[in-house]
Amino acid sequence: MMNIGIVSYGAYIPMNRIRIEEIAETWGRNPDDIKKGLNVFEKTVPSPDEDTATISVTASRYALSRVNIDPKDIGAIFIGSESHPYAVKPTSTIVGEAISAVPELMAADYEFACKAGTAAIQNCMALVRSGMIRYGLAIGADTAQSAPGDALEYTASAGGAAFIIGKEKVIARINCTCSFATDTPDFWRREARKYPKHGGRFTGAPAYFRHIIGAAKLLMEKMKTKPEDYDYAIFHQPNGKFPVTVGKRLGFDRKQLEQGLLTPYIGNTYSGSSPLGLCSVLDVAKPGDRILMVSYGSGAGSDAFDITVTDEIENFDRDKAPTVRELMERKRYISYAIYAKYRNLLYWE
Amino acid sequence: MGLAVPRFWREIPYRYNLIGSRCKVCNRIFFPPREVCPYCRRKSLGKMEEMKLKGKGRLITYTIIYTPPSNFENQVPYAVGIVELDEGPRITSQIVDCDPEKLKIGMRVEAVFRKIQEDGDTGAIYYGYKFRPVGEDEDKGETG
Repeated sequence: MMNIGIVSYGAYIPMNRIRIEEIAETWGRNPDDIKKGLNVFEKTVPSPDEDTATISVTASRYALSRVNIDPKDIGAIFIGSESHPYAVKPTSTIVGEAISAVPELMAADYEFACKAGTAAIQNCMALVRSGMIRYGLAIGADTAQSAPGDALEYTASAGGAAFIIGKEKVIARINCTCSFATDTPDFWRREARKYPKHGGRFTGAPAYFRHIIGAAKLLMEKMKTKPEDYDYAIFHQPNGKFPVTVGKRLGFDRKQLEQGLLTPYIGNTYSGSSPLGLCSVLDVAKPGDRILMVSYGSGAGSDAFDITVTDEIENFDRDKAPTVRELMERKRYISYAIYAKYRNLLYWE
Repeated sequence: MGLAVPRFWREIPYRYNLIGSRCKVCNRIFFPPREVCPYCRRKSLGKMEEMKLKGKGRLITYTIIYTPPSNFENQVPYAVGIVELDEGPRITSQIVDCDPEKLKIGMRVEAVFRKIQEDGDTGAIYYGYKFRPVGEDEDKGETG
């Protein structure tokens, strides 16, 4: 079997944080109800000069700084996001230029709500397996939009993760991946609209839970595994509650979820969500550790991955770039007024 | 008022990747890159080579902007400083991810990739380097 998997990874989250109290008090809501209801305490906020391109570039540079790879050997860059800075003009070429991977490069931007980043990993795997490329760079990143006062405002945040996929010096082998997708209108944003709409409670059972459980079960059937075979499990994290509930339903305990569960302190980074959880696990993983990751994108679909950490992680320079925990500690709190200014919620001429 | 798109496009290597140049006669390093070394002059012809700068350095001096040009209103107050890179060249840049009041001359900084400017809501977005202060314990990762 060809060893295809993660050769390196990098994470990035902006340093601004807003507490749930700030948002709840602005809209006259009880912050304790919201914190308890969502299991979220604060979220990241991008600075006015940060967007999906800058987050992707930073995460990619961190990934490259951990390995000795010539960027020219990266044959494909795919970026999954629902907040690409341009409607027409790729983010992937900006990243390609910023890491000196151009011009012999396949570059494309992906969209599938919060799961486009894991779709990018799957496509890089396929291209490496077919021999069309030596390395692929798969990125999931977002600066998520939420209408002022909407329930999404408590969680929609910013961050991203980049993975170099290849077959040489693989630190985490991807044993299997599979997907589960149906037409389920739980969340959408129409063309040229600033903020998304969602189906409220409809985003739960028929959407998030059905697809994550569907993909996870499909994967475990294929691999003939059970929840207890995994050291870590990462599920898409739109809030701090859903991933814990879905884990429980599938038979995973809290200990398997803890290391990859970031939403309570960084919010929902959309396309960055499960990929950042995977980065956090890789920050501490040891050879032989087995990881289950299942993303979720509204609309709707899930990609599931069965991953084994290899001995190569012992030779891997994790310290050459910040860990997810280090990035989480780098923070400054902002008020709702500053948040409104940074997120362009105010209008003036 | 934005940059002309072709002008920005020509400068992408310098703005994205801090590509400077080195004179192979006297070893001086320049940013932005020069075709001819102003010290060695004709002796440097054909002997200037491109060089990627690491994006680490220290803050030489700075100012805090309270009255910004248009399109920078939402960042006020922000700092603009002169950074001396470890390789030698000094460059002017916005200093971000900091409380401008807490900046100190001599502090270590590293390059970050940020949005520099945009031509309103409909125009092009220009990216490039800015710098941010780094603590000694977090001086890792190539972000410039």
